[in-house]
Amino acid sequence: MKIKKNIALSDTGFVFNPASGDSFSVNPIGLEIMKLLQENKSHDVIKKHLLETYSVDKDTIEKDFYDFAKMLEQFKVTETDEKKES
Amino acid sequence: MKRKKVNVAVTGLNNVDSPGPGIPVVRGLLDSMEYDVRIIGLSYDALEPGIYMHELVAKTYQIPLPSAGQNSLMERLRYINSIEKIDVIIPNFDAELFNFIKLADTLENELGIRSFLPTLEQFEERQKYNLPEFGKKYDIRIPKSKTIYSVAEIKNLNQEFTYPLVVKGKFYDASVAYNADQATSYFHKISSKWGLPIIIQEFTYGTEVNVTAVGDGKGNTIGAVPMRKQFITDKGKAWAGITLEDGDLMDLTRKLMKNSKWKGPCELEMIRTNEGEIYLIEINPRFPAWVYLAVGAGQNHPEALLKLAMGEKVKPFTKYETGKMFIRYSYDMICDLKEFETISTLGEL
Repeated sequence: MKIKKNIALSDTGFVFNPASGDSFSVNPIGLEIMKLLQENKSHDVIKKHLLETYSVDKDTIEKDFYDFAKMLEQFKVTETDEKKES
Repeated sequence: MKRKKVNVAVTGLNNVDSPGPGIPVVRGLLDSMEYDVRIIGLSYDALEPGIYMHELVAKTYQIPLPSAGQNSLMERLRYINSIEKIDVIIPNFDAELFNFIKLADTLENELGIRSFLPTLEQFEERQKYNLPEFGKKYDIRIPKSKTIYSVAEIKNLNQEFTYPLVVKGKFYDASVAYNADQATSYFHKISSKWGLPIIIQEFTYGTEVNVTAVGDGKGNTIGAVPMRKQFITDKGKAWAGITLEDGDLMDLTRKLMKNSKWKGPCELEMIRTNEGEIYLIEINPRFPAWVYLAVGAGQNHPEALLKLAMGEKVKPFTKYETGKMFIRYSYDMICDLKEFETISTLGEL
């Protein structure tokens, strides 16, 4: 999964989808995750990074990352990159 | 650069909660870098706010309602032109367009007033009751529609449609009916205001997206800007909107312009379904009230139309700014009774 190329992501966490006109805000960690997705980092790499950076256990990361990724899917800002996911 | 002076007459000065496009069109014209435009307002009602916006509209004249016919309109325009020497006229209401299209040649030949309007054939074939045939002719998806003339036809609609469905007026108004009782109620409400027929249209689930566009009548799209409504009033009008980046919408717009050789301004109302299919639900043969968003996004459609009407060659716009927004607002003008009295009694202000 990666962020669609046309999605505008500002440093304040404001996300704009120019295809649908939808916009929403993410918190600093959400922004960090989205930026890593924009850099084509895999889910495993991102989860490892979060685990090393923040005081959080692996199960919580798994659950919260899954929820966040699903939310991004629902907002239609992501596209599947099968090579990266496999 | 010295701007060319030009007198342009504009209708649709009813800048109310369901606004006419007149004032946004005027703003686009006044933004022109090439023309020094003097605006002559044409109004139907003494309380149209544009009449009193003297910083935008230099002089306003009342004109007869479309139902009065072409002769009354022509007579009135002869009088107005004798004073104002109008160069171009831009009508902005669906209901008046038939008369203006029919009079276009006479206005130009007799009075020297130019316009750039759809042909009568184009105007008729995109009528709501002709839309299914329009879709077939130009290979564009249209929701299933049926024209009805009597309330008695509603009871059999469930044989062809499933509820909800959309009940639409000939020119304006549309309501979503969830059962036959609601459809009957909307039939009466809309037909009493806009007459018959009433159009029944299949309800298409998805996101409404609109495009404002100008065609040169030869198949070229001079400009096109897509928008999604962000805030909708209880009358279904956009109170805020944002420009979109949507290649499919632009392709469909260009295809429609090319195949129909559309001449003049138009607004395409479309639904993009969750599966990504685009359905055309309506074509309005005039600028939309949100046309100033296109100006703000880098495409001055009213100015382009003025140039086309003046017989200039106009290069198609190639880009616009995505993510540009408009937010409408209301504003209480303070007006003198004397002005209201003048427009009410003398028919000009």
